[in-house]
Amino acid sequence: MPDLLIELFSEEIPARMQARAREDLKKLVTDGLVNAGLTYASAGAFSTPRRLALTVEGLTAHSPTTREERKGPRTDAPLKAVEGFLRSLSLDPSKVPVLIPDELDGSLAERDALSSIASYLKAQGYDGTVQAEHKVRIGSREIRADLVIGDVPFEIKKIKGQFVIFVLVEKPGRPAAEIVAEVLDAAIRNFPWPKSMRWGAGSLRWVRPLHSIICLLSDESGATVVPLTVEGIAAGNSTRGHRFLSPDAFTVTGFDDYAAKLRRAHVILDSHEREETIRQGAANLAFARGWQIVPDDALLSEVAGLVEWPVPLMGVIEERFLDLPPEVLQTSMKEHQKFFSARNPRTGRIEGFVTVANIETPDDGATILAGNQRVLAARLSDAAFFWQNDLREAKAGMQAWAEGLKSVTFHNKLGSQADRIERIAALAREIAPLVGADADQAERAAKLAKLDLRSAMVGEFPELQGTMGRYYALAAGEDEAVANAARDHYSPLGPSDAVPTAPVSVAVALADKIDTLTGFWAIDEKPTGSKDPYALRRAALGVIRLILASKVTIRLRSFTEQAAYKRFVLDYAETVRSTDEAASSELMTAFLRGESLPRTRSKDLDKRIDALHEWTTQRLGPTSLETEKNPLFDGSTINYDKVSLDLLSFLHDRLKVYLRDQGIRHDIIDAVLAQPGNDDLVLVVNRATALNAMLQTDDGRNLTQGLKRAGNILAQAEEKDGVEYSFGADVKFAETDEERALFASLDTAEPAIKAAIKAEDFPAAMTAIAGLRAPIDAFFDTVQVNTDNQIVRRNRLNLLHRIRAAGQQIADFTKVEG
Amino acid sequence: MTSPNRPRSFQDVILRLQTYWATQGCAVLQPYDMEVGAGTFHPATTLRALGGRSWAAAYVQPSRRPTDGRYGENPNRLQHYYQYQVIIKPSPANLQDLYLGSLRAIGLDPMVHDVRFVEDDWESPTLGAWGLGWEVWCDGMEVSQFTYFQQVGGHDCRPVSGELTYGLERLAMYVLGVEHVMDMPFNDPDAPIPLTYGDIFRQTEREYSRWNFDQADTDTLFQHFKDAEAECARILAADPEDAAGRTIPMAHPAYDQAIKASHIFNLLDARGVISVTERQAYIGRVRALAKACADLFVTTEAAQA
Repeated sequence: MPDLLIELFSEEIPARMQARAREDLKKLVTDGLVNAGLTYASAGAFSTPRRLALTVEGLTAHSPTTREERKGPRTDAPLKAVEGFLRSLSLDPSKVPVLIPDELDGSLAERDALSSIASYLKAQGYDGTVQAEHKVRIGSREIRADLVIGDVPFEIKKIKGQFVIFVLVEKPGRPAAEIVAEVLDAAIRNFPWPKSMRWGAGSLRWVRPLHSIICLLSDESGATVVPLTVEGIAAGNSTRGHRFLSPDAFTVTGFDDYAAKLRRAHVILDSHEREETIRQGAANLAFARGWQIVPDDALLSEVAGLVEWPVPLMGVIEERFLDLPPEVLQTSMKEHQKFFSARNPRTGRIEGFVTVANIETPDDGATILAGNQRVLAARLSDAAFFWQNDLREAKAGMQAWAEGLKSVTFHNKLGSQADRIERIAALAREIAPLVGADADQAERAAKLAKLDLRSAMVGEFPELQGTMGRYYALAAGEDEAVANAARDHYSPLGPSDAVPTAPVSVAVALADKIDTLTGFWAIDEKPTGSKDPYALRRAALGVIRLILASKVTIRLRSFTEQAAYKRFVLDYAETVRSTDEAASSELMTAFLRGESLPRTRSKDLDKRIDALHEWTTQRLGPTSLETEKNPLFDGSTINYDKVSLDLLSFLHDRLKVYLRDQGIRHDIIDAVLAQPGNDDLVLVVNRATALNAMLQTDDGRNLTQGLKRAGNILAQAEEKDGVEYSFGADVKFAETDEERALFASLDTAEPAIKAAIKAEDFPAAMTAIAGLRAPIDAFFDTVQVNTDNQIVRRNRLNLLHRIRAAGQQIADFTKVEG
Repeated sequence: MTSPNRPRSFQDVILRLQTYWATQGCAVLQPYDMEVGAGTFHPATTLRALGGRSWAAAYVQPSRRPTDGRYGENPNRLQHYYQYQVIIKPSPANLQDLYLGSLRAIGLDPMVHDVRFVEDDWESPTLGAWGLGWEVWCDGMEVSQFTYFQQVGGHDCRPVSGELTYGLERLAMYVLGVEHVMDMPFNDPDAPIPLTYGDIFRQTEREYSRWNFDQADTDTLFQHFKDAEAECARILAADPEDAAGRTIPMAHPAYDQAIKASHIFNLLDARGVISVTERQAYIGRVRALAKACADLFVTTEAAQA
């Protein structure tokens, strides 16, 4: 059982690509080996900045011989087709033996088939084995065949009445080296680097110039280089160590030898070991000062991809920078310098850093540390300069920043960032009472929340947006709740982000996202497939999580309608522009700033148009619009209600995805979404959760069956009779005890369900309806609904209606599966 | 930092680089005589990276970035600074080693310092050019840009050029241990008349900062931009055959106009009169010029293998 060692030695591979590249190399090579018929016991992939390595242990020395049946043309196909088929299998037609199987009977068709093959083979100069008079047993008879039949591979089979030629292809096993060479060559040429390049005069693509290849098979008898040359690079058994500490080439005999010699040559092959070395080293350095390293796994993995021989060095941040916000220190050190931050637990401040060098030096890293310290000082001087300037502007009220945002375009159809802030502020005011926030505070917070986009610090570190906004709002003397909203209103960004629950933050965060959604729906820029350039799915999920986390009652319809309304105004303004520029621009300005425009909900388009028309003429005095009276705009091209419903259903889709991740089935959500009030997400989730819990019980599942059965019988009867059975079930027509018991149960359950639903106590509603399970089961077990007595039948159908109605108060059970 | 082999001045760093790359066989060229934003704009890089002919050049290029002006007050930001540029086509297999040799030549011993190649892909939207490579770190500071050109002016680079760009002031400040660029010795500090970088450039940085940010006449600049654009197009469209019947396509004169347009755009940008949306449009216009120049250059003698 040989072992395989591969090393692809190149110039520095980007750190962020290494983890994926290890996996890709392992997969490409092992898949290739397996597909070619080899097996292996285990495989492991490794990376350093300058090499990708793979070890495959317990590889089979040869691939097995395989036999495979290949289907060819029909026997009556033109000879050329038969010839092409055989050639495609690299078979020499004149050497192919033929088998006539038993199933062939002696019909004319077969004889034609056989003779067509015979004449073909003869035409090909088939020599020697055609024996006239050869007898072949077919079925129970022996018949004479015109050609002979050799060992096995050529077969004729009857398929759907047609005779089809099959060839058994035998592939002899191949030595592992041959397969490895092919597989590695293909892996190198097809490697899925996120970005690759050419170099020099060659045409090979790799992530950076590839310098050497180790491809070595080793077993008890020794190691052999697999003969392989990729674009002039011949595989060998030698590599190099650390670029500076051990630059000389050396040869290896197998993976263990390779890893050990690399270590002697100042290269730790395993990235996890490098990470551990860094983690331990940094922790020890920090411990010696009584500090702690701020954990950062992403940084750790990146740094481990930048060094072959990690040497952590600890430095101290100069006193003059310690007043900078910790986020600024951390971001600056991490993003620019790839330093770890060290916190002093006594002061709570970030006071030191750990940089990881790639080399041991005679001065124990003193020069390196001094250099890093200098660079950090220059960076932090910049940051301190930004911070001081920004603070000055913040204390002065941030007017310049607000001004500046007027010239920053948010989207060319949705105006500037300043316009957007105006809209968000108006919306935050509207949302505030719904989430228990003070309207003035919410509006104020919305107006401040994005001003830091113009600050020098955020210009330098965009990832600090919001974080700096909070500091600057506090410096401006704003209330803590307002300042926190600046920090938190972008949240949640990712699906696992924390969700703000402070009312002012929630109001602004919701307003921000709802404005985004309604705006992009208004201009018809919705996500399609995998394309979501404005992150609208994330915004929708944000809305959902914010509402659910705060458990606030918000009727989303009133906001999704804004999308429709915005679309309407945009279309109107666009259309009247050709007749009245001033009126159009007045409307657009008001629209972009979120100023209140008349919001008539009338279905009558003329009334909507009139309302806009009136608003504009009031603002501008008599204009040409008065006489023109929107002659161009009939509003008929777009169904504006559809815009609103479309946005609502987008939110519902995101809700389904979200709840599915929480373990609630989509059919349960559908059953609940079919109920009124489906734009109140808290209500929807409470219903769904309660229904989900009930469906986990036997009672719940059986009840669902009963409700569905009742619904089905009723629907069929209603369809057949052309009437709706919805009233008048009377216990006096009941014939059986079970029937009467169901009446009694419904009498109890109906008011209980109604009261529970009214109180939005869904678990209580579920308990009440679950009480119907036994009577319903008993009813269906003993009672025939469609009886001959029409009075009794009608009465029973009306009784079924009561069951259906009781269920409908809770959910649309027809949508529940199972 | 205490290497006995340490350079003593800014010009010493430059001279050592010149000598080193001359020794490695590069043609040591002189700066291009136009205002450019970076050494890459020199036709010795932009145009010569195209086509099949081998090439090896090194040069200092004064570079102007009007928006980086800080009136000479910032310790390391300047609106006029120097880049050292090396371009070799095809990129030799030992280019990284050659580069490290240049660091040793200016007193940065990789056995004492921490030299690292950190992913940084280069792209110039104005030149329609991109490449893969690294920024080279020395003790956490970026000292060079190292790029394998993949495309220039929209053309695939075959063969590939290796390009090295050193930010000379920053590199020299580090080697010389200077905190503020204006304090850096320009010539030897023991010379009869020692001059610092500030002696030479403090006043010009102030003057240009004012002109770049406040004074440059934007109407004139807009007109110059249009003129350069029009002249570039005219040169490119000219009949390749001259009055005497000689075929002389004029790629370089046309490219000069593209460079000019690019610099004028940078000045307008510094004056703050180009909005975010217009920015892209202007960059696109310059790129169109650069591409058209590249299209013409690849048909000329200098681009043939």
